[in-house]
Amino acid sequence: MEQLDNVVDKALKEIAAAATDAAAEEIRLNYFGKNGFFTEQMKSLGRLPPEEKPKAGAAINKARQAVMTALTEKKKSIADEELNRKLMSEKVDVTLPGRNTDSGNLHPVTRTIARITELFSGMGFEVVEGPEIEDTYHNFDALNIPGNHPARSEHDTFYFNPNLVLRTQTSGVQIRVMEKKQPPIRMISPGRVYRPDYDMTHSPMFHQVEGLLIDRNIHFTDLKGVLHQFLLNFFEEDLEVRFRPSFFPFTEPSAEVDVKGKNGKWLEVLGCGMVHPQVLKSAGVDPRQYCGFAFGLGVERFAMLRYGVNDLRAFFENDVRFLKQFR
Amino acid sequence: MKFSKAWIDELVETGLSAQELSDLITMAGLEVDTIEKAAGDFTHVVVGQVAECEDHPNSDHLHVTKVDVGSGELLDIVCGAANCRKGLKVCVALVGAELPGDFRIRPAKLRGVPSNGMLCSYKELGVDFPSEGIIELPEDAPLGMDVRKYFDWDDSLVEVDLTANRADCLSILGIAREVAVLTGRKLEMPSFAAPVAALSDRVEIVLDDPAACPRYFGRVFRGLDVKAETPRWMKEKLRRCGLRSVDPVVDVTNYVMLELGQPLHAFDLSKISGAVHVRFARNGEKLKVLSGQELDLRPSTLVIADEKGPLAMAGIYGGLESGVSGETTDILLECAWFSPDAIKGEAREYGLATDASHRNERGIDYEIQELACQRASQLLLEICGGSCGEIIRAESPSHLPSPREITLDMSLVHRVIGENIVTEERTLEILNALGIRTESRGNGVLAARSPSWRIDIAIAEDLIEEVARIYGYNNIPNAAPIASLDMPRSSMRDLSLDRLKSMLVARGYNEVITYSFVDQGKMAAMFPDIKPVVIPKPITADMDAMRVSLLPGLLQVVSFNNARQQNSLKIFESGLRFVPDADAENGIAQIKTLAGAISGLASPEQWGQPSRNVDFFDIKGDLETLLALTGCGDRFSFVQGASEALHPGQRADVLFDGRKVGCVGLVHPNVQKKYGIKFRTFVFEIDLSAVSSTLVPEYREISKFPSNRRDIAVVVDDSVPAGAVLDAVKIVSSNLIRSATLFDLFSGESLGEGRKSLAISMQLQDQNATLSEAEISSAVSSVLEVLKEKFNAVLRD
Repeated sequence: MEQLDNVVDKALKEIAAAATDAAAEEIRLNYFGKNGFFTEQMKSLGRLPPEEKPKAGAAINKARQAVMTALTEKKKSIADEELNRKLMSEKVDVTLPGRNTDSGNLHPVTRTIARITELFSGMGFEVVEGPEIEDTYHNFDALNIPGNHPARSEHDTFYFNPNLVLRTQTSGVQIRVMEKKQPPIRMISPGRVYRPDYDMTHSPMFHQVEGLLIDRNIHFTDLKGVLHQFLLNFFEEDLEVRFRPSFFPFTEPSAEVDVKGKNGKWLEVLGCGMVHPQVLKSAGVDPRQYCGFAFGLGVERFAMLRYGVNDLRAFFENDVRFLKQFR
Repeated sequence: MKFSKAWIDELVETGLSAQELSDLITMAGLEVDTIEKAAGDFTHVVVGQVAECEDHPNSDHLHVTKVDVGSGELLDIVCGAANCRKGLKVCVALVGAELPGDFRIRPAKLRGVPSNGMLCSYKELGVDFPSEGIIELPEDAPLGMDVRKYFDWDDSLVEVDLTANRADCLSILGIAREVAVLTGRKLEMPSFAAPVAALSDRVEIVLDDPAACPRYFGRVFRGLDVKAETPRWMKEKLRRCGLRSVDPVVDVTNYVMLELGQPLHAFDLSKISGAVHVRFARNGEKLKVLSGQELDLRPSTLVIADEKGPLAMAGIYGGLESGVSGETTDILLECAWFSPDAIKGEAREYGLATDASHRNERGIDYEIQELACQRASQLLLEICGGSCGEIIRAESPSHLPSPREITLDMSLVHRVIGENIVTEERTLEILNALGIRTESRGNGVLAARSPSWRIDIAIAEDLIEEVARIYGYNNIPNAAPIASLDMPRSSMRDLSLDRLKSMLVARGYNEVITYSFVDQGKMAAMFPDIKPVVIPKPITADMDAMRVSLLPGLLQVVSFNNARQQNSLKIFESGLRFVPDADAENGIAQIKTLAGAISGLASPEQWGQPSRNVDFFDIKGDLETLLALTGCGDRFSFVQGASEALHPGQRADVLFDGRKVGCVGLVHPNVQKKYGIKFRTFVFEIDLSAVSSTLVPEYREISKFPSNRRDIAVVVDDSVPAGAVLDAVKIVSSNLIRSATLFDLFSGESLGEGRKSLAISMQLQDQNATLSEAEISSAVSSVLEVLKEKFNAVLRD
C-alpha cells in the first residue's frame, strides 16, 4: 500500500511538471497504457487471494482515479492555454476605422418639406403635386388676380408666352384640385416656384408649400388654430405667434403670420386666409355650401429658421460640405 | 408710404408714441417697415444770430463771428461755411452740446482764434435735407430757442408697406382716418378757407373718353411768383414724407397729394393752345416728359392734350414743354379722377413709376377732387401770390363710381370668422367708424354703403375682412376645425419617391436641388436632338432654357464642388424635366425624373482596402438596386445606348419591357471638359414613372429539397453581350435553374483573338423532389446546347 501511495505522489508530481500536451500524453502511457503502472496493477489483482481482492482493488482504483483526474485536468488546462494563445495571436486593434461607406443625406429643403407634410398628413391633408410650367389661368385668373395686377408683370413672372409661365406660387394647385374633386378637401402641395429675383435674399427658384382645407363649416378661428398648432409643432417651441391682416387676391380675410424670433423681432413666416368666394366659384365649388382656408409658406425660410442657415444661396449651390451637415 | 408721425398727430390726437402707433396700425393691416427719427440725436443746439462776421486772419475760408443766442453775451465762434454772414439766423451748438456721431462741442482754438461753439449744417444734425453750408433760419426764428423744438425734430418718420387694396392709406388723411378708428379718437380734417375766384378765365375741357376720365377739374391761376420760397414747414413735411422741395408749385401739388391723396398737375397756361382734351394717345404721337426723355406713346395711354398734341401722360407724368418753368406766371391746375383701369400697368410699360401713377392706378377717393383743388389753390395763392379763377368742372357723373350698396348677413359673418365671435352691435360699430355707413335691417341683416375712399370694398366678404381686422385678428380665438374625416387612398403598389431616395442615401448619395433652368448652349452639346423650352427673358444668360434632363444641373454641381476640392461625389436629384410635346398639356411634357452622378473614389479611403475610382459598374449597381425596388427588376434591361452626352463605349439605355425609360454611362470627355470636371463622372437618369410602382409581395413556398450548384465556363465572341448569355441560361428549363450568376470573365491569348470566357454558376433545385444526377446533367447540357446554338458558345476545357 505504501508503494501505491508513493506511485501516486510521483505521478502527481510528474503531471504538475508537464507543460505540453505531449508530456501529458507520455505520462498517460506510463500509467494507463498497455504496460502502464495501473494496467499492470489491475492485471496483478487477479493473482491475489479472493478475500484480499476487494480491498486491494478498491485501493488501486482510488489511486488510479486520483492520477486520472489530475491528468485530465492537466490536459484540459494545457488545451485551454493553447486556445488562448491562438486567440490572442488573432487580436486586432479595435480602434482602427471600420470598412464603411459614407451614407448620403437628403437636401435640407426636402427634409423641411417632409417635416411639414408629415405634420399636415397627421391631420388628413393629402399631398398633391402640380405642374411647374403653368398656364396663366391657373396661376393668376382663377386665383382672382386681375389682368393688370403687378404680380403679372414680366418683372415678377417668367413668361414663355402671354398664356404660359413658370408658376410663381403653388396656389394654382388649389384650383387644379378643386376642379377634379368636390369638398371635403384637405390638401397640401409642396413644390418649386419661380420669380425673376436674384440677389442675397432672393433666388429665382424656391419652394413653397400650399395648403387648402375646404368643408362645410370652416372658420377663420380654425385657420388660426391649425396654423398656430403647426408652427408650435414645427419649431418645437412655445413661440409667440401673431396673425396680421394682409391682402391676397385669392383669400379674404387674409393674414400674414409672424413668429417672434430669439432677438425679440417679429418675423413673417406665412400667408393665409379664407378662400375668396370668387376662387371657389372659378374652380367649380359652390361658395354657399362650402368654405375654407388656404395658406402658403416659403420652405427655405422655414429651413433657414430651423437649421440656422443664413445664406439662401447655399441651398442651390449644393456644396457637399453644406449638404453633409444635414444628417 | 412714408409719413411724419407729427403730421398724423395734427389730424388725430392719440397721445401714442411712434412705436405704439406703428404697432397699432401694423396689427390692423398697415404693416410698418421702419421707424426713423426726423433728426439725429443731439442736445444744446439753439437759434442764434450772427452779430459780427469777419474773415479769419490765418485762413482763406474761415470766418470769425460773434453770435447772439439771446443769453446777453455774444459767443466767439469760428465758422468755415461759405454762406456764413452777418445778420443770418443760425443753429448754434453750444459748448457742452452733443451732436450725432458722439461729437461733443468743447471750447477750442481754430488757427489761433478761440471758438466756443459751432454753427451747424443739416448734415451735422443728422437731418437728411439737401442744402449747402450752414442752416439758414428765417428772420423770425426766436433767439435762444432749442432747434429741436423750433423744427419739431422729435418727430418720427414711419414707412408703411401698404397692401395693394389700401389705396386709401396713400395719404396722411387716410392713415389718420385709420388711426382714429383704431383709437376711437376724432379725426380733424385740415381746415382752411377756400380762395375767392378773382378771374373769369376759362379753358375748355373735353372728356373724350369719360369712362377713362369721368372727372377733370381745372383752374386758371395768373400772376404767380414761381420763384417764391416754399415755406420751411412745408419743405420739412415734404422731406419727412420722402419728397424733396422743387419749386412752390410742385411743392404745393406734392403737399396736397400727401395730405389728401389726390395727385395734381400744373400746366404753364401760356403753353396750352385751345381746348384741353382727355383722350387716349393716337398712333405715332410722342411726348417729351419732364425727365427730358421722348416717349413713343402707346394707344392705351391716356393723355391730356391740347389742339397741338399731348401735353402730359394722364395721371402718370407731366410733359416737359407744358410744364411750369422759371418764366411761368400763369398756370392751369389739374385735379382729376382717372379710372384705375385706364392707368393700371401703363407707367410700367414705359419703365416709369411716379407717386401720381402709383396712386392713380390703385384708385383715389372719387369725391376728394373738390377739396383737393381748393386746398391746392389756397396754398398756391398763399405762397406765390396772384389770383385764380373758378374751378372748371368737366364731369360725367354716370361714369363716376358710386357707393356700393352691400347686404351683409350676420350668419355669413359668423360663418367666416367663427360662431358668435363678433356681435351684430360690434359689427355695426366697426363699419360705421370706418365710414362704411351701415344700418340694421332686422333679423341679423345689415345694409352697408361703401365710402368714396374705399373703392376696394365691393362684396360682403370685404366687409367681413374689415370687421375682423378692426376687431383684431389676435382677439379672435384659435379653434380646431370640425371637418369630415376621410381616409386618403393609398396603394401598396405605390413605390414612393421617398423610398427611392432613401435607397440612394443609404448607398452614399447626397441629394441636391439645382435650378430648373440651365445654360442652353452647354445643354445642346449633350442633347442636340431636343429643342428645349427657352425662357425669353432669363435672369442670367446661363439660365436661359428649361432643362430637358437633370444631368446638366448635376454636372454643374460636380464642377462647383471640384472647384472647392471636393472630388469624391455621389449626388442625385429628383424633379421635373421639360420636353416639348404636342400631346402634353400646354405643349410641354413635364416629366418626373430621378438622376444621379458619381465621380472620384468609389469609397472613402480606408487602411484595409485598396482605393479605386468609380466605374461604370458602380453606378449600374446602384441603378439596379433602385430598379429592384419595383419587384420586377427583370423587366428592365440595359442595351448599348446612343446618348451624345455619354462615352460611346460606356453608355447604356435602360429599357422597361423594351421601352426606353432612362440611361446610364460615363460622361463624354468633351462634356466633362465643357463643365470643367476633374475626374471621370458617371451618371444615370430614369423616368420616375418607370419606378413608381412595385409588386405586392406574393408568398412562394420554399423548397425543402437540396439545391445543387453547377459551374460552366463557355467561350464566346467578344461581341456577344454577357447579359444575353445570362438571360438565355435563365430561360432554359427555368423551373429547375433558380439562379445564374456570372462569377468570372476572362479573355486571353489562350482563348484566341476576340474571344472571351464567361464562367457561370447555376443553382438548380426542384420544388417537389431531390434532383437526380441525370436530371442535373440533362439541364446543364440543354443550357450548353442553347448557348451553342444562340451564341456559338463552346464549353471551355
